[in-house]
Amino acid sequence: VRRVARSSAALATVTLLAACTAGAPSLRLPRTAWSPQKQAAHLLNRLAYGPSPGDVESVVRQGAGAWIARQLEPAQIDDAAVDAKLARYKSLSMAIPELQKAYPRPMEGAAPDPERLPRQIERELVSAKLIRAVESRRQLQEVLADFWFNHFNVSAEKGVDRWMVGAYEREAIRPHLFGRFRDLLGATAAHPAMLFYLDNWTSAGEGLGARKAGLNENYARELLELHTLGVDGGYTQEDVREVARCFTGWSLERPRESARFLFRQRAHDRGRKVVLGTEIAAGGGREDGDKVLDLLARHPSTARFVARKLCVKLVSDDPPAALVERVAGVFLQTGGDLTAVYRAIVTSAEFWSDAAYAAKLKTPLELVASTLRAAGAGVEAGPYLQQALTGMGQPLYHCQPPTGYAESGEAWLGAGALVPRLNFLTEVARRQVPGVRFPEGTSVLADIRAAEFQKQ
Amino acid sequence: VIDRRLFLKSSGVAMAGLGFAPAFLRRALAAGTGSRGRVLVTIFQRGAVDGLSMVPPYAEGRYFELRPSLAIPRPGAADGALKLDDTFALHPALGALKPMYDAGALAVVQAVGSPDKSRSHFDAQDFLESGTPGVKTTRDGWQNRLLQASPGDRCAFRGVALQPTLPRSLAGPAPALALERLGSFRLKDAGAADRLAAGRDAELGGSAGEAAAAVRFLAEVKPDRFPPEHGAVYPGSPLGQRLKQIAQLIRADVGLEVAATDCGGWDTHAAQGAGKGQLAGRLQDFGDAIGAFAQDLGERLADVCLVTLTEFGRTVRENGSRGTDHGHGSAMLVLGGGVRGGRVVTRWKGLADAELFEGRDLPVTTDHRDVLGEALIAHLGVSDVASVFPGYQGEPRGVFAPAVSPSR
Repeated sequence: VRRVARSSAALATVTLLAACTAGAPSLRLPRTAWSPQKQAAHLLNRLAYGPSPGDVESVVRQGAGAWIARQLEPAQIDDAAVDAKLARYKSLSMAIPELQKAYPRPMEGAAPDPERLPRQIERELVSAKLIRAVESRRQLQEVLADFWFNHFNVSAEKGVDRWMVGAYEREAIRPHLFGRFRDLLGATAAHPAMLFYLDNWTSAGEGLGARKAGLNENYARELLELHTLGVDGGYTQEDVREVARCFTGWSLERPRESARFLFRQRAHDRGRKVVLGTEIAAGGGREDGDKVLDLLARHPSTARFVARKLCVKLVSDDPPAALVERVAGVFLQTGGDLTAVYRAIVTSAEFWSDAAYAAKLKTPLELVASTLRAAGAGVEAGPYLQQALTGMGQPLYHCQPPTGYAESGEAWLGAGALVPRLNFLTEVARRQVPGVRFPEGTSVLADIRAAEFQKQ
Repeated sequence: VIDRRLFLKSSGVAMAGLGFAPAFLRRALAAGTGSRGRVLVTIFQRGAVDGLSMVPPYAEGRYFELRPSLAIPRPGAADGALKLDDTFALHPALGALKPMYDAGALAVVQAVGSPDKSRSHFDAQDFLESGTPGVKTTRDGWQNRLLQASPGDRCAFRGVALQPTLPRSLAGPAPALALERLGSFRLKDAGAADRLAAGRDAELGGSAGEAAAAVRFLAEVKPDRFPPEHGAVYPGSPLGQRLKQIAQLIRADVGLEVAATDCGGWDTHAAQGAGKGQLAGRLQDFGDAIGAFAQDLGERLADVCLVTLTEFGRTVRENGSRGTDHGHGSAMLVLGGGVRGGRVVTRWKGLADAELFEGRDLPVTTDHRDVLGEALIAHLGVSDVASVFPGYQGEPRGVFAPAVSPSR
């Protein structure tokens, strides 16, 4: 216990050191009694979708600190094989208006080309997500893309979001994974997928807008509760109204044909607002919403809420309060620099503690991806895997409520839920999974059957 | 078992030509049973259904003023509501439920909800499912505590959720199962769960042991031997298929006591619709599924109490998007054995601004737990409601006839 306490104190200042090998940077990690293999396995289970054959040895060879440092700069990691594989999916790089044009709502009576049906977008999107989770060498990037998409959840279940969820991930989420929280928040707030999902595009000042209609509180409330402050973060119903007023006019142009962000000056409430005690002066326009985002992104409740959620994801279902406070401190001190936040977590003594090791039940996505990685398998097509994930309760891109899926492992435990999980492992052990290519000669039967494999 | 099945089959034949006759239902409810296990079925309308559309107060002029595009037209008008009493009506898409109301099997509760003020979906659902509004530290759910309160046997089918993962309300120390399809609840490798059960991880091992037992039990019982009876046709929707399977578990006598399921699509912030439209479509499925369930069970409905729940209601005024935002009081339906139906149970204060909660929401004048607590006492014979809803002082609202069943 004393050793853990001392090393955590030593970690209060996180330093980047030049590693001795190849000039690559490395992170200084707390001392641990774990074997290098155990350290590598833990890292790969938390900052990646589990180890593929040879991964543990590779991490041991580079050193855990160097591996993390490399994962924190994904652009430096060559991922050409995955990029080449994804190039076959045409919809992946299309902007929303293009998608709406290329995969139109099927007309009644016409026999549609199956390749041009809207469901083709989802097939490609799900395939791409699983290919990346299983095969990308930028594993931390994939873990974080899933985390932040889920944090700022939008769902293909909601109307035209079907055409938008992939573009949302590509345009609003992925560019900011290692950047600033404020940029991520701003990108989600102004994206058509979010504006449609939480209805803000229809919100107008009382008596303003095309229909002289009024506010829609949906986005404002979830922005405060789920994206930033957290439900106990200290806001009132009055704050929800005021925030909604600030975002009036953040709208969409032609949402059903060629959706684009549009600020509708005439729908914007230009009156004075007070959000969390801060005045937003009368006469403003689009920037009223930006001011709210500025306020929220540097709020201590946001720091604590985001820090805790990341600690639940990366450390344990009930992370130590002291860790959450330290990580929240880093969030505030660095102006919401997400890379600094991740670094604070993975260099913490708590991350490397026995209490965290294999402490989390895998979510269905983590189970599916880690099983296929353990088998050294490649994903050729996603639809069957999506079906399996649906049976386990986690259909990708289809989480209807804005809360997203639970990050705690506990939520996925239960006798009933275990049956589809075990059946998936059986299919992998028998090498009978549609859309998955297994390498010759490897057998992972014993590994994936062990109870430990359900956890990470 | 065989005797009753033959009986049900013959009564099914007798009923086939008559469709779903209220008189038949009245007889069924009057007959009662007593010897067979009582079941509580809950349907959670996740996302907060608009109780003022489900059960519109058509006699209130304010209702039409505050909802220019959303008010359900008055009874008798095109797409009009179905009159229940002098104040309230049922959404026209819930037509399948009207005969049950008329037969006295269905009670409607209006302006019901949680005493907690939260307008957060997550918190309000959590409070409703933990059964302890305002308390976030409660670990188990109220339906699990209901299972804990009676010894029962260790049968995994005492508490079942028809959905992929266990809802908060059924989570806790008493064994409970979540599954989406009875037919595919099989292990592809029969030994897989046993190996896990024998492992070192106590929590996983426990779940695995329960899973293995449940799979074996289900393979023996084969509940899919019980197709819908009395001409019941379930919608193909998830809710329809889930209720169909709950009915199969009931008729297969697997020892079911508590069944739960979810349905979504109620968070109608935009383009909610009135007599037709988005919400009407959801309610059509909801009503048709419950209607089919009641028809399917026939006489057996006397052993079953079905309750619908939602985390809160929606704003009384429509918002800027022809939808409604998060509010407070909503509506509940209570159907089945022991229900004093054919009534709208409410403490109605009208829709004048001064009567609205914070000037915007239908106030909660009946606690969810008043209704659930009464179901526990009257239908399930639970003597200690406080063991299920700790800290709750019961206030029965007369939704059920006084308990006559032997207490458990």
